[in-house]
Amino acid sequence: MTIKILYFAALRDRLGRAEESLALPPGVSTLGELQSFLADRGDDWLARASQRNVRAAINHRMVNPGDTVSPGDEVAFFPPVTGG
Amino acid sequence: MSVSVQEHDFDIGAETMALSDGAPEVGAVATFTGVVRCANEGVSVSAMTLEHYPGMTEKALEDIVNEARQRWSLERVRVIHRYGRLEPGDRIVFVGVSSAHRGVAFAACEFVMDYLKTRAPFWKREDTPEGARWVEARDSDEGSASRWDAGEQGR
Repeated sequence: MTIKILYFAALRDRLGRAEESLALPPGVSTLGELQSFLADRGDDWLARASQRNVRAAINHRMVNPGDTVSPGDEVAFFPPVTGG
Repeated sequence: MSVSVQEHDFDIGAETMALSDGAPEVGAVATFTGVVRCANEGVSVSAMTLEHYPGMTEKALEDIVNEARQRWSLERVRVIHRYGRLEPGDRIVFVGVSSAHRGVAFAACEFVMDYLKTRAPFWKREDTPEGARWVEARDSDEGSASRWDAGEQGR
């Protein structure tokens, strides 16, 4: 059971990838836990970035760190938006 | 169709007319058009590229329109946002609202823009003499959006 992770804008440029597929690791059930897992894996942008600088969406909805991540979800990480 | 995310330009005359044509209840039409500036924070900008999150963007804009409709009694709402490469003078965004009276039309138009600025997944990358740079979000945009939470309403 995997999740799809997308990265956008400056975050994608810094990471050098736009998307990946990840088997949801044991013990990871919230967005905050997923962020910690990715940071521990070596994605230091997530470790350094305060919540202020990384936003997230699950299945096309903006979410908060406590929100649940489930198998099959599309999770997106991106900087604060700058449209308009 | 009240929301469009598109690469090509739009006709603000036609879009504005469509907000009241055949709608006898309409007494006010308020519109906002965003245009690419030739400079940002003192640095000249020769072009910008707007990236978005296909699939989420349309939904986010529709949510904003729905929220505006819950707050005010509106006739028609139109939101158009472009993506891709744009040059100074190019139109980026159009928000148009029609209602019976001007207070509601002005307020709802501003509300949609304020929410769009902080909730719609678009990101700007500017081409400057020092190279390309991603535009940083402004704290003032969060402030503009959050004042609607504090209960400011149009009449």
